[in-house]
Amino acid sequence: MEVVRWFTIAAAIYAVVGTLIGVWIAAELAWPFLNFDISELTFGRLRPLHTNAVIFAFGGCVLMGTGFYMVQRTGATRLWSNGLAWFTFWGWNLIIVLAVITLPLGMTQGKEYAELAWPIDILIAIVWLSFGLNHIMTVAIRKTSHIYVSNWFTMGMIVMITYLHVVNSLAIPVSLTTSYSIYAGVQDAMIQWWWGHNAVGFFLTGGFLGIMYYFVPKQANRPVFSYRLSVLHFWALTFGYVWLGAHHLQYTALPDWTGSLGAAVSLAMIIPSWGGAMNGMMTLSGAWDKLRTDYILRFLVVSLAFYAMSTFEGPVMSIKTVNALSHYTDWTIGHVHSGALGWVAMVSFGAMYHMIKKLYGVEKMYSEELVNVHFWLATIGTVVYIVAMWVSGIMQGLMWRDYDEYGTLSYTFVESVSAMHPYYAMRAIGGLIFNLGAWIALYNIIMTVRQASAVRNANAVPANA
Amino acid sequence: MSDHDKIYSTRFQDKVERSTVLMFIVTAIVLAVGGIVEIVPLFYLPNTAMNSKDGTFNRTVHKDGKGNVVSMDKIVWNPATSAHKTLEDWQPGDGVRPYKPLELAGRAIYIREGCYLCHSQMIRPFRDEKDRYGHYSIAEESMYDHTYQWGSKRTGPDLARVGGKYSDEWHRRHLKYPREVVPESVMPNYYWLEKMPVNVAETVQTLKVMTMMPFNPVSKTIYTDAYINDAKTQLEGKTDLDALIAYLQGMGNHIKFEEGVNYRD
Repeated sequence: MEVVRWFTIAAAIYAVVGTLIGVWIAAELAWPFLNFDISELTFGRLRPLHTNAVIFAFGGCVLMGTGFYMVQRTGATRLWSNGLAWFTFWGWNLIIVLAVITLPLGMTQGKEYAELAWPIDILIAIVWLSFGLNHIMTVAIRKTSHIYVSNWFTMGMIVMITYLHVVNSLAIPVSLTTSYSIYAGVQDAMIQWWWGHNAVGFFLTGGFLGIMYYFVPKQANRPVFSYRLSVLHFWALTFGYVWLGAHHLQYTALPDWTGSLGAAVSLAMIIPSWGGAMNGMMTLSGAWDKLRTDYILRFLVVSLAFYAMSTFEGPVMSIKTVNALSHYTDWTIGHVHSGALGWVAMVSFGAMYHMIKKLYGVEKMYSEELVNVHFWLATIGTVVYIVAMWVSGIMQGLMWRDYDEYGTLSYTFVESVSAMHPYYAMRAIGGLIFNLGAWIALYNIIMTVRQASAVRNANAVPANA
Repeated sequence: MSDHDKIYSTRFQDKVERSTVLMFIVTAIVLAVGGIVEIVPLFYLPNTAMNSKDGTFNRTVHKDGKGNVVSMDKIVWNPATSAHKTLEDWQPGDGVRPYKPLELAGRAIYIREGCYLCHSQMIRPFRDEKDRYGHYSIAEESMYDHTYQWGSKRTGPDLARVGGKYSDEWHRRHLKYPREVVPESVMPNYYWLEKMPVNVAETVQTLKVMTMMPFNPVSKTIYTDAYINDAKTQLEGKTDLDALIAYLQGMGNHIKFEEGVNYRD
């Protein structure tokens, strides 16, 4: 369990760093002088660092930490290999360090969320498989008869991310840091968004649903509302999510049938997604009063609300007529962040607080009040962010397609750029509020750990609970 | 029957969730379906610009308003049938061609600087996009784009048909200090590109790699050994800024689009 502690603390650090870079690049779009004419700090170089830091550094550490935690708890067993788990931890962090060095230097493959140079891609595959092997072998040596639902989701994520990473990253190197995809044009676009949407679907949704199915019942101290609903939720997502990528390419040169198929399945996905969200919410039935005092539960419940909202918004945006307006605009960015901040980060913080208490054997965090402060900063920050992006996105879309009475375009492109300024500023502020919350979480976690070790040293109990 | 053995769902589900191996296998199969159905056909169906080597592009047929077939040689430059036999002779309108060395170097800079994060290269078939950017983009236009550059966001305008729209001098000023030319722009200054010489060795290697691609490679009759060897002379003394401008100026004017032809059908 020591490795889970490290993953959790690393995640808290990466939450601060990842969102801070996000705030920075958001501010660059509002006030371009912040690029400071330093190539390593330009938007184009830092944006991949932001996405990689929040998805793979923060999200990855949360997923690996909780994955190892849940599989041991639900299987009443220890990890299959402790040594391998440490290899995963150090390997993953080495990858993050390499990302921090290479991305600002412009070493990229130019595929969104899969930018890292090819040697790092190979390292990712090795470390990912070490995590997967350890997880699946721990499932295999469990002492319980059934595999708990959280572990299905984690296993699904492990398999799918392996498929995606391998197929999407196939490239021919030109040098140690540069390579070009073996696919071109239409095929490359489809494979990229098959990857791109399923990084969302399996890394940021499937994996975190596993977290939801363990930590919501644990924190509420109630069983999951419906086991059957969780079975449906899992298989429907596992089968259906894979198809959605094509909806990122509506009206492009991708053949029409592919985008339509992606949109049709996207719409169908509302059912299992909402089923799953309801399943999590209803787990609280009879325990809703706990929300008044349990701040961790607040994180978990609000994350489910954002999950439900995003999984409704997403299918709507995949419909061609809506997509015609929303595509290429900030609306997409807003949608991603309602999922990433509202759902993924919120459920992660809930799980992290829960684990810290259990792992360090404390009844309370260093400051429960700060958990509440963090909760409100995170919620307000997210709402400010997504509202700004909704307004700017829809406004952009409408300005681009607007015609005057003479049948000519009403606005030049740059007029739409300058109209975005207030919303870009507002977005940066929303992000900053969220980031402040992450600092508070980090402080609270560090203080809790220090307090727990101090108590432990005073009682002279061996430190391997 | 003890509670432990009770089946709460179906017998199959119960069996699967008691077995690590079964859970793994069933999940792995279910996960594979969507990707296979959506991706594999793009390699052999028409209208995906996949070069089937016999020049038919998997029987892609673009027809004009009268139902006459537009020859693929008019859409994708074919040195064998074209009046212009080499990349140097190629003229806009001759059809989609591979990149020239300096353009390829510029494309690498476009990727390195993350331009695709704010600029798309994919015009959709809408009236406003036609008026703003030009004819909608078609699959063949990105057939040589290993690592496609369609983008997903327009913080800045689409660039699919930016070639020839502005002078080289405009691009030079704009790339160096965007706000000197467009005061409302939020693009970073890229004046430092002017100080960086193009990476000749890497560009030459890129030309070679493009002929080795398993899908849509550049024909060795176009990138001949002699052409690749000669690329050095085209690249010597050029800066990253020169290369990027060459790339931008070569964009979107390859095909002579005719009215009434459905290029996506």
